Amino acid sequence: MASSTVHALRGISLELHRGDFVAVVGPSGSGKSTLMHVLGLLDRPTEGSYYLAGQNVLELAPDQRAHVRNQQIGFVFQSFNLLARSTACENVELPLIYASVARRERRRRAEAALESVGLRDRRDHWPSQLSGGEQQRVAIARALVNDPLLILADEPTGAVDSHTSLEVLAHLQTLNAASRTIVLVTHDPTVARHAERVIVMSDGRAVREERVADRLDAGAAIAEAGHGGAKVRFPEAATT
Amino acid sequence: MNAWECMRSAIRALRANLLRSALTMLGIVIGVAAVIAMVAIGSGAQTQVADQIRSLGANLLLVQPGSSRDGAVRLGAGSRHSLTEDDAAAIAAEVPGVLTAAPTVAGNAHLVHGNLNWASLVGGITPDYLIARDWSVAKGRSFASEEIDTAAKVVVLGATTAEELFPNEEPLGQGVRIANVPFTVIGVLGEKGQAAASGRDQDDVALIPLTAAKLRVLGARSQVSRRAVDFIMVKATSTAEMAGVQQQIEQLLRQRHRLVPDADDDFQVREPAAAMEAQAAAARSLTLFLAAVASVSLVVGGISIMNIMLVSVTERTREIGLRQAVGAQRSDIRSQFLIEAVMLCLLGGFTGIALGIGAALAIAELLGWPIFVSPMAIVVAFGFAGAVGVFFGFYPAHKASQLDPIEALRFE
Repeated sequence: MASSTVHALRGISLELHRGDFVAVVGPSGSGKSTLMHVLGLLDRPTEGSYYLAGQNVLELAPDQRAHVRNQQIGFVFQSFNLLARSTACENVELPLIYASVARRERRRRAEAALESVGLRDRRDHWPSQLSGGEQQRVAIARALVNDPLLILADEPTGAVDSHTSLEVLAHLQTLNAASRTIVLVTHDPTVARHAERVIVMSDGRAVREERVADRLDAGAAIAEAGHGGAKVRFPEAATT
Repeated sequence: MNAWECMRSAIRALRANLLRSALTMLGIVIGVAAVIAMVAIGSGAQTQVADQIRSLGANLLLVQPGSSRDGAVRLGAGSRHSLTEDDAAAIAAEVPGVLTAAPTVAGNAHLVHGNLNWASLVGGITPDYLIARDWSVAKGRSFASEEIDTAAKVVVLGATTAEELFPNEEPLGQGVRIANVPFTVIGVLGEKGQAAASGRDQDDVALIPLTAAKLRVLGARSQVSRRAVDFIMVKATSTAEMAGVQQQIEQLLRQRHRLVPDADDDFQVREPAAAMEAQAAAARSLTLFLAAVASVSLVVGGISIMNIMLVSVTERTREIGLRQAVGAQRSDIRSQFLIEAVMLCLLGGFTGIALGIGAALAIAELLGWPIFVSPMAIVVAFGFAGAVGVFFGFYPAHKASQLDPIEALRFE
């Protein structure tokens, strides 16, 4: 039986500063997901080093890594990964539960996070009662509720329509404007143009790294669509 | 994640699959209910037997005259009057481990008070009889020794007899004619209830001094000896002494009655509680057996819980992955699923206890069996259900905690 070792990542060197917004693009199999798993402390490279806020996090035991994930990293997934049997607010509270935050304080912070993605009034809705975009915004609120150093978004626009994906990107840009560090993994070059910096990966290597010259502003695009695009109005019920 | 959060999440998960949770619990419910009902019935039987032994008097031996023989014709036990008051005195004095030996005569007589009459069992006794039978005088007093010596005409009535003759009166100090001899009531006995073996009302009795019984009411028991008695009740100091005491009484009486080595005993020593003890032991082992069979169902229930928990872990792989991604430690995941299993079991245990008590009460009502729901059985069954949850919940919970977060998040 022949077996070969697949190196999903090789020779990658990456430095992120507070407030960076980096997009990682590349075709499937290029290693971008693996990079994100390593950055998110879900996976561990066979070789190399990773310092997060000055700490060599690769030396940590699994439970310590869980603690670092809890405190320093927020995840946004393509398929949202909300708990179906928990309300929006309870979903946002989840990281705080594992951070042993008291219930009242948890509630307060979760509502504040939902407020920041504009979903405060949806806090008691079940995920099934929310649209795809709303679900992803709940996931973003969950990612930032613990005030993490790093937000990792893995294809956050992959499961939503183009308008909703603009909304999601607008929220990420707003967060970045508030000096949050964001790593956005996508296969879509247009989505990547919302970031400040793009890392193009192929075959496990970062083949190119460049600043985005003509950076897109999702918020502006939404505003423009609102003025110029088709808009459906529901007339108010006639009253006599 | 603290225990309270785990419990909330467990309740949520169990509620999400209500029917499945209920069906999973069923094994535990049935197991616990069966254990509770079986133990209730078994301990009911044991308690009943124990009560009967207590009402008879603990550590009691009954010495009766043996069968008499007239040529080849053998007459029944007690047909001969080979026992005397002196035998009783000798047993009390010479056999170690004997608390008291009470010579007793008994017969039926008619009791009359005013316009009421009642036929009852009349016992001629000494105060030792009451000690032997653990019987207390509820009202008035027992006999004084000079009343025995002088064959005084005083009577202590059983509760039933007192009620029949004095329905609306205070019996103490009143006169009663027993077989036409006037007696004075000096005491009334405490209630003892039905006799275990015969079902006879033990309170339907009138006790008079042994001497008075022989002299005035029942007549002499034997033409040979004025000191003959019907039987001797012997109380040993402890249960452990019973066998030794019985043997020594037999030796002593053979000696006193001058029996040659190959002659039959002219008396017999019986242990009235022995049959009941055997019954109690049988009830006990039957209870144990039934409880053991019932607890098999608990184990089966535990296995079904393990099965469903494994399914649940697989179904919720993505949830586990997400929880790990947002910072759940392995112990958090493990306690979450473990608490879920334990809650399932405890809930089942709780329902089972209610069902078991209900079943036991229904059996008591429908079949008239005595039941006793012991708090101990409830605590043990509940604890056992919890232990089943921990034992069968641990493996699935451990499996969940060992999942790789990336694999888990990718799981479809």
